[in-house]
Amino acid sequence: MILRIIIHVVLLLVLPPLLLGVINKVKSWFGGRVGPPVLQTYYDLIKLMRKGLVLSTTTTWVFCAGPVVSLSTVLLAGLLVPIGIFDAPIAFSGDLILFAYLFGLARFFTTAAALDTGSSFEGMGAAREVTFACLSEPTIFFAFLVLAKVSGSLTLTNMLHGHAGGFSAAVAAPLVLVAIGLFIVLLAETCRIPVDDPNTHLELTMIHEVMVLDHSGPLLGIIQYAASIKLFVIGAVLLHIIAPFATDMIWLNWPLFIAELLGLAALIGVVESVMARLQMAHVPYLLTTALLLCGFGFLLMVR
Amino acid sequence: MFSIWMLLAASAVLCLSGLPGCLLSSRSLSGQRTTTALMVIGSLMGLGAVVMSLGEATTPSLRMPWFLPWGQFAVSMDSLSIVFLVPVFVVPALGAIYGLGYWKQPEHPQNGRRLGLSYGVLAGAMALVAVARDGVFFLMAWEVMALAAYFAATAEEDNPDVRRAGWVYLIATHVGTLCLIAMFALWNHETSSFALEAAQAMPSAVAGTIFVLALIGFGFKMGLMPLHVWLPGAHANAPSHVSAVMSGVMLKMGVYGLVRMTSLLAVPSDWWGAVLLAVGGITGVAGIAFAIGQQDIKRLLAYSSIENIGIITVGLGLAMLGRSHGRPDWVILGLGGALFHVWNHGLFKSLLFFSAGAIIHAAHTRDIDRLGGLAKLMPRVMGLFLVGAVAICALPPLNGFASEWLIYIGLFRTLGLGGEAGLPTTAVAAIALAMIGALAVACFVKLLGAVFLGSPRGVATARAHDPPATMIAPMIVLAVACACVGLFPMLVSVLLDNASRTWAGLPASAGSIAMAAPLGWITALGLALILLVALILLAMKTVLRSKVTGKASTWDCGYVQSSARIQYTGSSFGQTLVGLFAFVLWPKTYWRALRGVFPRTARFKSNVPDTVLDRLVMPLFHLAGRHLPRLRVVQQGWTHLYMLYILIVVILLLIWGGLGAQT
Repeated sequence: MILRIIIHVVLLLVLPPLLLGVINKVKSWFGGRVGPPVLQTYYDLIKLMRKGLVLSTTTTWVFCAGPVVSLSTVLLAGLLVPIGIFDAPIAFSGDLILFAYLFGLARFFTTAAALDTGSSFEGMGAAREVTFACLSEPTIFFAFLVLAKVSGSLTLTNMLHGHAGGFSAAVAAPLVLVAIGLFIVLLAETCRIPVDDPNTHLELTMIHEVMVLDHSGPLLGIIQYAASIKLFVIGAVLLHIIAPFATDMIWLNWPLFIAELLGLAALIGVVESVMARLQMAHVPYLLTTALLLCGFGFLLMVR
Repeated sequence: MFSIWMLLAASAVLCLSGLPGCLLSSRSLSGQRTTTALMVIGSLMGLGAVVMSLGEATTPSLRMPWFLPWGQFAVSMDSLSIVFLVPVFVVPALGAIYGLGYWKQPEHPQNGRRLGLSYGVLAGAMALVAVARDGVFFLMAWEVMALAAYFAATAEEDNPDVRRAGWVYLIATHVGTLCLIAMFALWNHETSSFALEAAQAMPSAVAGTIFVLALIGFGFKMGLMPLHVWLPGAHANAPSHVSAVMSGVMLKMGVYGLVRMTSLLAVPSDWWGAVLLAVGGITGVAGIAFAIGQQDIKRLLAYSSIENIGIITVGLGLAMLGRSHGRPDWVILGLGGALFHVWNHGLFKSLLFFSAGAIIHAAHTRDIDRLGGLAKLMPRVMGLFLVGAVAICALPPLNGFASEWLIYIGLFRTLGLGGEAGLPTTAVAAIALAMIGALAVACFVKLLGAVFLGSPRGVATARAHDPPATMIAPMIVLAVACACVGLFPMLVSVLLDNASRTWAGLPASAGSIAMAAPLGWITALGLALILLVALILLAMKTVLRSKVTGKASTWDCGYVQSSARIQYTGSSFGQTLVGLFAFVLWPKTYWRALRGVFPRTARFKSNVPDTVLDRLVMPLFHLAGRHLPRLRVVQQGWTHLYMLYILIVVILLLIWGGLGAQT
């Protein structure tokens, strides 16, 4: 029990930057390049934590609170999500709502920190972030409704383990729709192509990267670290639906989960390589698609 | 028994609190101080009465005949009343203290005394509304409350905007009262008494009519869409502490009326709950969408009140469905969450209106797009505003989250989990709540960012500073209350349980919030979150101190000199969302583009007027104003003629009555 929680926390703290490394490696292969080492994100983070930082004269304490609050919230959210077949360290009836609202809290403070700089670019990014969340948040709740109905429970752990023995045929169709919808939300929330491009340097077309233009040094490091944890957390949720596999040897399930998660990262890398970023005006269509998919999943479930 | 007398005394003290001030000079600060002291004393007495009544074995009530031919004097303080009495005794007193700094009588000799008087009457009348147990007495208290609010809100009557908002409010509130009069008449017809006591089963059509009349009549006061027309204008134009009381407490009296009437009616039909859920969802989403489009800080807050009323209505709808389907857990979670949100909204909305008042006090403008960069000039107000904003977005660990969480759990339970019967379509309301939550974050980040962050956009704000202690202290009280209630919801859950059981007539064994939702985890995780943030901050502090290599201006893409006007304004921040919701918001834009070789100055203006008021109600009134004057032929200003009309009508009625008797 204790050991399980320790492994959970260690994975939550250590593994996330690796996912970004895998995504970048896959993208490089698709582009015919060797690419940065898989561990590059770790090196980046260490370098950033050592660097000095420049603060804008316009900013207040809110500017520093943004990264700090977003790291705290994703860590707490990470403790609510079960990893593989193992239960989450914290599970209680109604934790799914806390899970969703923790991301809301992170959004509140990251966008406030962006506005704190007084830059119009960062204002644009913040506006886009809160706008797109208005579509992705209902999508997540549709997905939760479906999962709660499937599992008959209101704790994330039970909801996501509700079909650990495999899908029953009756719920396959709604779950497929929900899985696609959640995958789109995953791409949007973690700022990947086709919604956002983490590599671009054109301020006008970005969401997340443009919000953090003025963060530097350790603050930027925290932001990137928090972003990778967010990818880990939402990915862990999604894996329960698309790959609910388990082996009989209990301890083998940890490596299995890690392998699945790296596979998901590779999949994101493939999506990023074969797709172009959408026009900003078209992003709402994509998110509405996700909303509709999850909504129809819900309809199929309760019909 | 003593507690009810004490409560009536408290109400009397509140009602009369403005009188001593009227005897003193219109420029005297001591008059205002006396008024405030009486407000505080009256409120403390009221809170004392509430606490005492909790200890009493029976519900304290009082009933005696009076001089009027209808109804009687009947008051009672059951657990439902108590829930609504608490905000009445908290917010107005804090507002009065706040007013000592915000609306100093020597600076407002024309209206200071009048404001003090009507403000006290408003608070006292609200206390009576919450305890009245007779239709006639209730209507009287209701009308006094409505009129007192009118006089308090139109303190600055020399401003035409204020007068217009006052007119709209007066008309709207009386249309609502008309519905209530019809409702009580019908009630009297069915139960042959005006007494507000649980009725025997009545024909479902009659009960349904009473419900609809209550929904419309009280809906005007609550600000349910599309009956909200009076609300934004009245809240925006009233003095800020009056806005706080109106939004934080008076709207809730509408909620109280609806809750009370639905508790008196026998088991409700299915469609009542469905109607409430639909109306609540629409009110919530449309309210917050309108809020995003506003440029006036107080109008924005007013629209967000409409949104919160929507959330409360969703909770009430869930409870109603629970009653008609015999599901006590839905009742406990739905009504418990709704009543909890009534309190919470009273706390954080008052805090936000107080902050708005402090901003207006310092910067002399309500226009969000002219403000900016106030965080450095008013750090305390900024911190307190941030607490209110996080709370109203229902974000953990503050109180807004706790109440919405209960409603969410209730809605998820309607899915029919683990083999129990359910009503899954109800759960769609959770999607509306999720959307409201995301929109609220957008709305309040916009407000926070445009007002407090970035650099100042105008010269008006240059001399802004934190307000005096009389204004800050009430805000601190409210902020602390937001945090306490949010972190320790178990402190209040028993009161809410009692109220929910009273409402639905459930036995004590029917369950409680604490059984249906693990409140302890909210406390634990809220504290954990705060601890985690504090730890990371602590760790960062040394880093930040040693690593800051320099200060520079914000990255501006290489422009040599950027200007404050280049910043993203509140309007631009909300533009995409306003566009997405254009089908309800109908934003107005005025754009004169550059044209020709020697163009005139280009101009761009955009605003979001109230769709219902400005595009439906006002045109209708103008139409009526154009065509109805033809009816003036019957109105010759000749008293004899009017008496003749009365005679004719009475004779006609007599004939009609006679015909009815024969058949």
